[in-house]
Amino acid sequence: MTSLPSPRRRLRIGPGTILLAALAVYVIAILWSGNTQFLRPGNILGMLTRAVALGITAVGQTIVILCASIDLSVAALISASAVLASVVMGGSTTMIVPAILAVLLLGMVVGLVNGLVITRLRVNPLIATLGMAMVIQGILSAVVSNFAGEVPRSFRSFDSGTVLGLPVSLIFLGLVAAGASAILNWTRFGSNIYAVGGNIDAARLAGIRTDRVIIAAHLLCSLCASVTGLYLAARLGSGAPWIGRDGMYDLESIAVAVIGGTVLAGGRGGIWGTMAGVAIFAMIDSLFNVLGVDAFAKQVLRGGIIVAAVAAYAIGSRRLVA
Amino acid sequence: MTDAPMFEMRGIAKAFPGVQALSDVSFAARSGEVHALVGENGAGKSTLMRILSGVYKPDAGGMTLDGRPFAPSHPLEARSAGIAVIWQEFSLLPDRTVAENLHLGREPVRGWRLDRRAMREGARAALAVFGEGHGIAPELPVRDLSVAQQQMVEIARALAYGARVLVMDEPTAALDEAECERLFTVVDGLRARGTAVVYITHRMGEIARLATRVTVLKDGRVSAALSHVPPAGEVIAAMVGRDLGQFFPPPAAPGEIGPPVLSVRHAGNAQLRGISFDLRAGEITGFAGIQGAGRTALAMALFGVDPFTVGEVTLSGVFARFASPREAVRAGLVLLPGHRKAQGLMLMQSVRDNGLVSPRAFAPLAGNPSRPPAVDTTGIEELFRALDLRAGDLDAPVRTLSGGNQQKVIVARWLAMTPRVLVFVEPTRGIDVNAKASIYTIMRDLARRGSAVMVVSSDLPEVMGVSDRILVMREGRLVGETARGASEAEVMALATGHAEEVAV
Repeated sequence: MTSLPSPRRRLRIGPGTILLAALAVYVIAILWSGNTQFLRPGNILGMLTRAVALGITAVGQTIVILCASIDLSVAALISASAVLASVVMGGSTTMIVPAILAVLLLGMVVGLVNGLVITRLRVNPLIATLGMAMVIQGILSAVVSNFAGEVPRSFRSFDSGTVLGLPVSLIFLGLVAAGASAILNWTRFGSNIYAVGGNIDAARLAGIRTDRVIIAAHLLCSLCASVTGLYLAARLGSGAPWIGRDGMYDLESIAVAVIGGTVLAGGRGGIWGTMAGVAIFAMIDSLFNVLGVDAFAKQVLRGGIIVAAVAAYAIGSRRLVA
Repeated sequence: MTDAPMFEMRGIAKAFPGVQALSDVSFAARSGEVHALVGENGAGKSTLMRILSGVYKPDAGGMTLDGRPFAPSHPLEARSAGIAVIWQEFSLLPDRTVAENLHLGREPVRGWRLDRRAMREGARAALAVFGEGHGIAPELPVRDLSVAQQQMVEIARALAYGARVLVMDEPTAALDEAECERLFTVVDGLRARGTAVVYITHRMGEIARLATRVTVLKDGRVSAALSHVPPAGEVIAAMVGRDLGQFFPPPAAPGEIGPPVLSVRHAGNAQLRGISFDLRAGEITGFAGIQGAGRTALAMALFGVDPFTVGEVTLSGVFARFASPREAVRAGLVLLPGHRKAQGLMLMQSVRDNGLVSPRAFAPLAGNPSRPPAVDTTGIEELFRALDLRAGDLDAPVRTLSGGNQQKVIVARWLAMTPRVLVFVEPTRGIDVNAKASIYTIMRDLARRGSAVMVVSSDLPEVMGVSDRILVMREGRLVGETARGASEAEVMALATGHAEEVAV
């Protein structure tokens, strides 16, 4: 699939290049360590499945970053959604649908408020969503202090179920990513997102209602985060007020989007790059488990990769200009 | 004025990948002279000045300063040797004060503290070159100054750093008439002090007013080096290899002008009052006036950016007081913004995507599923061809195009929306002479095919050359109308408020 609204260039270091490099390092490291069982399809699927939560969140994050905004409230919203889901379900299968609806409604409200505060009150998105994160986390911590509620066994198949041998959650992530990519590449809304991120003033003068585009992007981003909350509730069996924060979904979703070539200034990038970034993070996690290296070293490597990827993009595009 | 040049460049050549920017260019200036450097955009003026100021190294040729060999390896070296350039983009820090900017990098200290008083005194002394009444207070943040005043601070800083050669790159581009006049006085003062001034400009009137010598660059070569100031026609001929007559397309024939399309009656907002006029099909209507007279505000009001708050606007008889650009575009009124890069283009995105921004933004949400609106590119490519857009690769970022071709991308974007009224704001700002001519031809073609065209420009000869009718604005009002063929003096008299002396 070609991503139409982003400039295609020859000679570019893209997310694909970086994914291939990471894959090569992964395979070589595993062969070198002799743990070849980690290259079996089952292990690879397991590795990717552990990245589903980050992946869904990052799809939404990519959409807001593409219109030159950002969302720091996703981690708090994930926690709130997971808690809300498990409390409403309370172990009862009949409450699954009401719980899902409640969580999606929460996501929409958060996204709408984020979007309105950014566009109508003209608050910088970093501040607006940081404030939202603190508000959500504060309310959540006041109401619950530990795992609360329980999801019924049937709902847990969102995490553990398989279809044709593939994990349901991984298929779901694939559908979310494909849907988001289709929206970005094939629809008027997607085109408007790239235009707003590319130059908001020019977009307005081209006849785009820029406020609505930004609000809609935040709505989608928050919906993704609340779906991630549903998924984590299914995986953990219950929701706790710290799961989003502990997963560092706010900063990591930004990191994988950036590794995937989406520019923080907006207007350039796409979903598949972000998915490559998620895969890279998943491989790092797996590699460090295989090699049994200290978790702190993992963080160091992740940090290094973020900076190296962005530097590679920057140098690549500078060479084109010269 | 002494006879020996203060600096001299001989046989300069410079190549960039794929383009020979300069070949065998010689250029010099003496103390106390103003040497005008003219040429189309891309002729090599900026490259030449970047070599003089140490940004680039020449591939061939040499320079002397005060008769001694001069080969700066860094801009700082050129600056300490006394060469300063005032680029169009100023290098001032907008949120720091005038005094702080004037002492940037060499702040006076007393002990470990900044010596604020010495900075203020130093700033006053540096600004004294402009005489009395320049109105620049050392304590003011640069942001609060007018563009003309910021430019004066730049000049003062250059002189305070000991500049003896001052290069000014189109210094009047953003100034109004009164500010230009003030700048000319400053340049006169610099000459009197013995500074060698290199003055880059597109405006013939300024050459006649200021220059003692003229060098014309064309395609990286000197096409004329004159020790006197020739008539404007001669300079333009050297720049483009043709004369002014062919520059503007012929006006509309009487039969081509149709009925009013857009009618504005007693309209106004915070910046505009009592605006009434018609735009007619087949006609190009120009709007003249000095900076701040409300021309751009009027264009933005029509387009719904800063909407009218009172009055009546109709487009083909239908209510047209638009509250947003989207409403305007939907009704068939489009605007080409004056700041192409800031307001017109997504610079990092492709040529094709930039052309498709509006067609996509107005595509029906549920259209033909086999041809989603974001992917259907056939129409825009035809328009690009029709406008003779020169782009090697439609997938390359639009920033790689020349200014004239960038403007064509925006024209194509709007033609895809089949507009009835096109508003051009500063349509040729920063684009070269040949590209200007092709933009004028496009505007005339649009009128000829029945659109109403409105042109807002601070370039008076442009408004007069391209329009069938000129409306003059002053202080947010329409103050007069002249037909094509009126004299520049007549229009300026209206624009500046001395209309009483001119019989209309």
